Amino acid sequence: MSTTTFSRYADLPALIGLMTGDEKHQAAAESTLDVLWVLYDRVLAVTPETADHPDRDRFLLSKGHGPAAFYAVLAAKGFIDVRALRSWAEFDSPLGHHPDRTLVPGAEIGSGSLGHGLGLGVGTALALRAQGRTRTRVVVLVGDAELDEGSNHEAIQLAGRLGLESLTAVAIDNRSATHGWPGGIGERFAREGWAARSVGGRDHTALYDAFTLPHSGRPLAVVARVNPKG
Amino acid sequence: MTTAAPELPDVTAQPMRDTFVAAATAALDADPRTALVLADISADRFAEAAARHPDRVVNVGIREQLLIGVAGGMALAGMRPIAHTFAPFLVERPFEQVKLDLGHQEAGAVLVSSGGSYDYPGYGRTHMAPGDVALLDTLPGWTVHVPGHAAEVAPLLADALRGDGRVYLRLSERGNAAARPVGDGLVTVRAGSGRSSGVVVAVGPMLDRVLAATAGLDVTVAYAATVRPFDRAGLGRLVAAAGQADVLMVEPYLAGTSAHEVAAALSDRRHRQMSLGVTRDIEVRGYGTPADHDRAHGIDTAGIAAAARDFLLA
Repeated sequence: MSTTTFSRYADLPALIGLMTGDEKHQAAAESTLDVLWVLYDRVLAVTPETADHPDRDRFLLSKGHGPAAFYAVLAAKGFIDVRALRSWAEFDSPLGHHPDRTLVPGAEIGSGSLGHGLGLGVGTALALRAQGRTRTRVVVLVGDAELDEGSNHEAIQLAGRLGLESLTAVAIDNRSATHGWPGGIGERFAREGWAARSVGGRDHTALYDAFTLPHSGRPLAVVARVNPKG
Repeated sequence: MTTAAPELPDVTAQPMRDTFVAAATAALDADPRTALVLADISADRFAEAAARHPDRVVNVGIREQLLIGVAGGMALAGMRPIAHTFAPFLVERPFEQVKLDLGHQEAGAVLVSSGGSYDYPGYGRTHMAPGDVALLDTLPGWTVHVPGHAAEVAPLLADALRGDGRVYLRLSERGNAAARPVGDGLVTVRAGSGRSSGVVVAVGPMLDRVLAATAGLDVTVAYAATVRPFDRAGLGRLVAAAGQADVLMVEPYLAGTSAHEVAAALSDRRHRQMSLGVTRDIEVRGYGTPADHDRAHGIDTAGIAAAARDFLLA
């Protein structure tokens, strides 16, 4: 494993560059990069050694499009071999343009088609609650345009009504939804009974606080604002 | 419901949904790994189970995409979920969740539908799902059970819950007078002679009709309560013992759903096959009774008898 030499935040552009061949431009364009780093570096209780442990925290990348930052963070944290990044999207690579959980160590779900992660996250959180694993977190990353899919709203509604405190949704908001969200994304979650917080999507301290400050008895929505797409 | 036309003598009322409720409730009581996900349908029947197991009986409301997503998420966390509603809302409406939240995730679940294909014709086309098995057939790895008697439901459910795979249990309120052995592929109900005209396979609730329709014909009648995986080897043996390599499949869902399985089973020999089931080429817009729809699709006893004679005695 090469993780000792590629394990820092500052290494992420180089890791992304192994996939894209254009590290400076591509790394800056990764809207999820800082959220993913803060989650895996400081928030989630999961390591390569505990990746199959029933008590591990779960991270579900629902917005599977543009997974280079996700793969880079998994490589930096030792879940996947840095060398695998070079084979990105080749036929026999474990890493495609959308992640497949059966091929990527540390990936909790396969995604690509939008609007599946929150439903799976609600089910996982319900199962963990039924098993008495009340300290285990389930964090689902969605995009603001992904929220167009109605399936998300089925999950948002139920999680709020059931008070699934262990569930966190982090919505990367680059204002890419075609018809927008008047009043803001956070309002959609808050109306359904979630604790909703909006922070700068590049501000590590603000992201950490948003993920970790108490939100008693309610699921948590963190809206991470980043520069508009394009 | 409308005023009932007399039920066919070869169809027997079967309380499969009640049997399922009892069996699933017993499974919830016995195994903490078992979970039940509902979308309002049958929630009243599971009220006691929900009171005893509030964390493992989850009614998501009328949200069928979430019904399957929650089942997939529970399976990923190590539980054995049952998801249940009427067939159109279990398989057709959330089909991408079935494909991705279960299959693509390699997550297991037991999907239990009721009402197939047209148990409630008074509700019209919206509550019919004759394409459910054909749709699941586009996905790898599904086991599909189609019981023909209420007493076959509990052993099939128990077997499904013991495993980790993806299982579809298709229930109807109409079936056969007697329960048959389940779980071992094709079961010979009536053996034809060595000079017989071929093999007739009756799936689930079609058996008594097939037996009546083929009375007097020298054919082998075999029963299948499990259609996926299909018992290709068993069909091959039955056909080898018959006088003609001719197979008539009679299924309670879309006609020809298993035609490719029959073709694969007999690819090593010259053969003929015919498929009976729910008509593919028109949408029958009538209400009425299930018996009316059997007649419209040619899968009442008279329709099967006529088709069997045309095909097998040709």
